[in-house]
Parts: sequence; structure tokens; C-alpha cells
Amino acid sequence: MSFPWANEYKPSHPAMVWLDEKLPLPRFVFNAVGAGYPVPRNLNYMWNFGVLAGFCLMLQIVTGVILAMHYAADTSVAFNSTEHIMRDVNWGWMLRYAHANGASAFFVVVYAHIFRGFYFGSYKAPREMIWLLGVVIFLLMMATAFMGYVLPWGQMSFWGAQVITGLFSAIPLVGDALHTWLLGGFAPDQAALNRFFSLHFLLPFVILGVVILHIWALHIPGSSNPTGVEVKSESDTVPFHPYYTAKDGFGLAVFLFLYCAMLFFFPNALGHPDNYIPANPMQTPAHIVPEWYFWPFYAILRAFTADLTIPFTHVVLVPAKLLGVLAMFSAILVWFALPWLDTSPVRSGHYRPTFRKIYWLLVIDVVILGYCGGSPAEEPFVMISQIAAAYYFLHFFIILPLVSLIETPQPLPFSITESVLGKDVETTPAPAE
Amino acid sequence: MVRLISALIGAFFTLCLLIAFGTGLISYIKEPPAKTVEAAFHKHPGELALQSDGAFGSFDRQQLQRGFQVYKEVCSACHAIKYVAFRDLKELGYNDPEVKAIAAGFKVPVYNPGTGELKTRDGVPTDHFPPVVYGGSGTPPDLSLITKARHGGASYVHALLTGYAEQPAELLKKYPESKTPDGLFYNPYFANLNIAMPPPLASEGQVSYKDGTKATVDQMATDVAAFLVWTAEPKLEKRHQTGWPVLGFLLFASVLAYMAYRNVWADKKH
Amino acid sequence: MTQSEAAETGLGSEASGVRRRDFIEVAAVSAAGVGALAALVPLISQMSPSADVLAEASTEVDISAIAVGQAIKAVFRKQPVFVRHLTPEEISKADAVPLSELRDPETLEQRTKPGKTQWLITMGVCTHLGCVPLGTAEGEPKGEFGGYFCPCHGSQYDTAARIRKGPAPKNLVVPDYAFTSPTVVKIG
Repeated sequence: MSFPWANEYKPSHPAMVWLDEKLPLPRFVFNAVGAGYPVPRNLNYMWNFGVLAGFCLMLQIVTGVILAMHYAADTSVAFNSTEHIMRDVNWGWMLRYAHANGASAFFVVVYAHIFRGFYFGSYKAPREMIWLLGVVIFLLMMATAFMGYVLPWGQMSFWGAQVITGLFSAIPLVGDALHTWLLGGFAPDQAALNRFFSLHFLLPFVILGVVILHIWALHIPGSSNPTGVEVKSESDTVPFHPYYTAKDGFGLAVFLFLYCAMLFFFPNALGHPDNYIPANPMQTPAHIVPEWYFWPFYAILRAFTADLTIPFTHVVLVPAKLLGVLAMFSAILVWFALPWLDTSPVRSGHYRPTFRKIYWLLVIDVVILGYCGGSPAEEPFVMISQIAAAYYFLHFFIILPLVSLIETPQPLPFSITESVLGKDVETTPAPAE
Repeated sequence: MVRLISALIGAFFTLCLLIAFGTGLISYIKEPPAKTVEAAFHKHPGELALQSDGAFGSFDRQQLQRGFQVYKEVCSACHAIKYVAFRDLKELGYNDPEVKAIAAGFKVPVYNPGTGELKTRDGVPTDHFPPVVYGGSGTPPDLSLITKARHGGASYVHALLTGYAEQPAELLKKYPESKTPDGLFYNPYFANLNIAMPPPLASEGQVSYKDGTKATVDQMATDVAAFLVWTAEPKLEKRHQTGWPVLGFLLFASVLAYMAYRNVWADKKH
Repeated sequence: MTQSEAAETGLGSEASGVRRRDFIEVAAVSAAGVGALAALVPLISQMSPSADVLAEASTEVDISAIAVGQAIKAVFRKQPVFVRHLTPEEISKADAVPLSELRDPETLEQRTKPGKTQWLITMGVCTHLGCVPLGTAEGEPKGEFGGYFCPCHGSQYDTAARIRKGPAPKNLVVPDYAFTSPTVVKIG
């Protein structure tokens, strides 16, 4: 990219000039996350989460590669090798807790990043590709997190694997064959554990690849901003470095503080006690729950308790199990269609009063779904999750497209500079350049 | 077109959910789910104060040794702690000869692949606590991780050990079919109320503590719960000791990073 | 990120301000550097032997069943240890060799415990490239010097397990050990 006023990389040291001719890697970094990337000056703290997500990915890759040095993917020793890490490996307890809580931190950050995108319309043209790649990253993260949770081979690992792979058996005709193929057997066992380990090691690098595409696609139109008004002139932007490197550095320090507080003082708060019981294929835990980041989707899955029948007969058109699976996947896949469902020309929720209301309703709705997903499958949670899931579908499939058609947005500022300074002229002394 | 298709999909799922909700609501009103006996009589453990609690928690080694004594003299007849090695006991304050003597008091199975024989030998410090062969009814769980593997942790262990009681008359009146079966014991802290384990700490003075602590049932239960916190999380103390300097440093770094951020942006309004 | 360089900052402000800013930014970047270095400590030390491996760093061997002229292989740190009960001939043969002929000059007495010269305890790891020499079991080649023979590259050791011929630079290593009783040796 990008804007004509972007700083150009001008190496002064002869070695850097030489390198720039042969392999312009420093130039690439300079243009990607350095002083050569002009970014809107008005980004708020919600824009910190992209860099934080990248940091979490690296954190998970580093701690994960290290854990793989000590972990053994064999059903007879997987649980023992995890305890070996916790008890005998130097700093093993810290590395394992860092990885387990790192997964949660990654999802916290990514959910913040996604909901920032929802609110500020970051998915709208010309940034559709960034959004689509982001949804792909999220799907890959879910797969990776699920398989990683299976590896310690505790009770929740085993039964999580059983239940989640069981989803695929709902598919008509090929479901059972697919289920058996996924597991390499009729129940989770050695074959499943070994392939989950292999894929759990591979997928983060696939994520890294898609992240690079995501950032590449971001650099074509440049970053969005809280007003949703496109960059018009140089006074609308600041160079990424040092302005946003400094701000992201601060964000990273705060993030690390909160993350380390979890890691060192509440390392098991987000885990489930049952996963400290070795897997027992003969006994199901009283109450199977996935990790918290899957709860909203798990609630949607469980909300479908009734088969779809032809009215007044007992002919089942779609069994409840299949409905739940379809709905759960649709709940995420609908995000792919978001750029075309929300047709309002105004991006930012700041200037869309009706949208703002349904946005916060959605946030509350997802929190309720999450709470129900983490609760036992009994009343009143099932009925609450049915209403909450219904609102989730109404929001994305019907209300949002409708609101974007009929809503009258509030007036937008002329430019980013105007929104910051009140008028579109820089009044502070111009930087000496 | 996209919006038309999406509206149809959305309406379809919403309709299915409303049908499910309606069916559920009708059956909920027609036959409200009866409160199960577990829901009515299961008790949650109260608070148990241990020195290992909280962010400054550490181990009371005297107490851990007492707890180990209770484990060894009472629990170890049925429950193993196989993730713990004898060498780990040094962290409880035992010296090398003591650890060696404790290890030698346990029989460790050895399989001879040459002859196919399964024999036992005296334990050595590098061994883990051996598995326990249990012939009775029920399946005594391994206790190494029990305080991390149960909601409530140490307080659950304490409550369970001290919570045996007669079945309440009210329970028998309301749920006559839920009378504790023969061979099981009523314990309101156990998930299904009836546990196969007979009350393990039955009387005061069941173990005699070397440090002169009075071995009341409550004291023994507290000590063994404290010991099982250690077996589940032997690095707890080190974790806390590492955590505070790390958080201190990160707080300092955050303040510094904030000041640097303000400085960089000092002449840019945003 | 935190690589903000002080040079980039302080645009258009007076000189004194520049200094204070430089200081804060240098401090922030330095703190990030210190933190990153500290984080490296666990990442590196996790590869050192873990507690269970270190705990096995000593082995007790019962030598009561080893007859004169016999040798056994014990395991110490997952490596073989040769415990050899030397015959009087083997001892005198070893003592007869002048030190000046040896590549790695050591006497048998230096390589055994006082009064226990008949017990030769060495690592069973060739000092060339780490193969296990032959010569402990009955019928294995003991090499030209009657001690051990390494089949990988032909190193030959004598009855005091000293290198006499072949590529190995050093004698077979004598581990730290002590007799805890007349029949038990604690290695390591």
C-alpha cells in the first residue's frame, strides 16, 4: 500500500543498503509495522487486540513446542507425561500453565478483536477479505484448541473428544463412516490421540500463515478507525512506529500483567477439575462441559431439543441432533456473509443509533448463551438458551440486514482530523520534519 | 438475494428453536421436573482455612508431615498416590535417611521380563508410591491429584472425611426408595450421597502425632487435606514465590510503557 | 510493540524535553529487554535434566555375586557401567606396564579404591565416540590387551581399562563411587 505520504525506507548504513538490494526484509518490516505504515491517528484501545492476538499466537507456539519436548502422545502415558511436566521438568508447571491459560487469553483477545469488528463495521468494503480471513483464523483456532484440550487425556479430554467428534455422526448417510474415520476407531483411543497431537502441532503454523494473509489484506486499504470515515489526508494518520508501537507496547504490558496474575495465582480457575482425572472410557463425567470459549456455541448446539416433524404427524424431517449441529456451524459461518448482510454505508456503531442497541443486545445475548453453555443441561438453562439462541439467529440473519436498510444514521464527521480536533486543520505546531 | 436466503435460514432456525422451547415449556408445566434426592440433600463443603490458601499461600511442613502420617497409616491401605515419588517427600522436610526409610517401608512391584515373574522389592527414593491392590467393593481413586480433581479441593476432602452421618429422617420420608443400600455409607458431601468408603477417621487418637498435636478427627482430616494439596500441586509455593516478582516487574513495566506511550503521543492530539 | 527507538521521538520539542523523553523511552525499551531475557530462563532450563532424571543420578550395585575374573554391566545415568572383579594375573599385568607407554598415564591403583584394586569400576562408554566396548560377558573379545575392545573403531583397552591402541584418546572413565558396604557400591 499505500497512502502517498507514507515514509519511505531509506537505509543509511552501507550494510543495510546492501541488504535492501539483496533481500528487502527490513524494508518489508518498515512498511508493515514500522514508520512506513500510516495508520489513522484516532484508534482507541480496542485496536490493541490485533497485535495482542499475534502475541498470543507466538506465545502458544513457543510454549507448545516446548511442551511437545516432554509430552508423549500415547494413551497409556499421556496423562503421566503431563504430570511429569508439572512435577519434574524444570519450570514445567509454569510452561504448562502458561500454555493452558495462554489458550484462554488468546480467545479473550480474539473475542475482543471480533466484537470490535462487529461494532465498528470493520468487515465492510473495502475490508471484506480481512474479515473473511479472520473468520478462517477463528475456525482454525477452535479446531486447534479442541484438539489441544484432548492431549492431557483426562476425563474431560476424552469425553470432549467423544462428544465433539460425535457431532459429525449427525450428518445424514455418511455421518457414522465419517465419525469412525475421524477417530480411526469406534471411540477415542490411540489413533485419535496421535492424530490430534499431530494436527495440534501443525495447525498453529497454518494459523500463522493465514495471519500473514490477514495482515497483508489489512495493508491494502489500511486500518479502519472508530469513526469509520476513510483516511483523506496526511493529517488523518500517524506512522505506525513509534506511535502505535508505543501504544501496543503499553497494551502488551497490561495484558501480560493480567495474564501472569491468572497464570501464577489462579492457574486452574478456567479449567475443569475432571480433567485431573485420567481418562476412563467406561465412565462419563456427571456434566460434560467444553472450555469456556466454546460455551456460547455449545449452548446453541444443545438448544435444539425437538425434532422437526411434519405437523400433526410423527414423520421426522430433520432430527434434533442434526439441527443442533447445523445451527452451531451456521452460527459461525454466518459471519462470512456479514459484509453482505449489513448493507449500511456507515461503518461505525458510533453513528448508528439503532444498530448500537441491537449490538449491545447481541453482546448480552452471547454472554447469556455462554452462561447456559457452561451450566448443566437442565431447566431453566435449556429454555433460556433456546430464547437466547433464537435471538442470536434473528440478530444476524434478519434484524441486522433489516436495520441496515431502514436506519437513519447520524451525521458523520468530515474527516478523522475533524473528529479529533473539531476542525479539519492541524492547530498544534506542525512537527518539524 | 443474500439477504433473502439469510432471512429464510434465520427464520428456519428460529422456528425450530421456538418449537423446541414450546415443547419444553409445555412438558415443564405439565410435569415440573421433581427435585432429585441429590439436589435436595447434597451439601457443599464449608470453608477450610489452610496455610496454602490465597496468593501468599505456603506450605506448613509440620502439618504436611502430620497429613502424610494420616495418609500412610489410614488412607494408604486403599488409596495410592502414584504421581508422587518418595524423593518428593524431602520437600516436606524429611532428610535423606528418613526418605530412604519411608521408601523401604513400601513394596514396589518389579516385573522380570526374562522369567515373566512379578515380584516386589523394597522401595527406593527414586520410586513412585506403588499402586494399591484393592479387593473390596468400590473403586478407591488415586489421591495424588484429588484436591485438583474435585470441586472444592481441600475443603471437599475435609468435609467428606468428617461428613458421615445418619440418613436424615426427612430424606427417608420424602424419598423412601433412596435408603442407603447395605455396604454403602451416607455422606451428604458425596455427589450421590452414598459412598462405598467406610468412615476412615472414626475415632480421636487414631494416629499418634510425633509433634504432640492432639489427633482429633477434625485435625486429622485437616492435616490430610493439607497433605493432599501438596501432592496435587507440589509447586504451589514456588509458583507464588515466582508470581509476585513477575507481577511487580510487569506493573513497573506497564507504568513505564504508559509514560513512554504518553511521551510519544505528546504532540499528537488523538 | 516495544522496539520504539528514542531517535524517532521528541519531534519538534525543546532540548530539555527531548532528554527526559529519551530517558523514559530508553527505560521502557530496556525493561522490555530485561523481561524478555528473564523469560528466556525457563525456556532454556526446561531442557536440562528433569528432577526424575537427576534423582536417578546414583545407582547402588550389589557386587557380591561377581566371581573373580567376571564382569557385569550395571546402569548408571542410563549408561552402562562395567564392574570387573580382576584376577591377580590381570592386576599384575596392569601393574607391569610402564606409565611412559600409556597414552593417558594412570596406574591401576589410581583407578581403583585403596585395598580394593581387584574391583575395577569404569563407565562402559568408549572415550572415542561413545560406543559400548566388548569384554564384560563370557566369550566376548577382550582385545589384544585382555581388557575391553570397542568394535566401532577398534579401540583396545587393557586390564585396567586404559586405552592402549586405536582412536580413543582417554582411558575408560572411572565414575565417582564408594563402597557403602563390602558388597555394595554406590555409583554417583
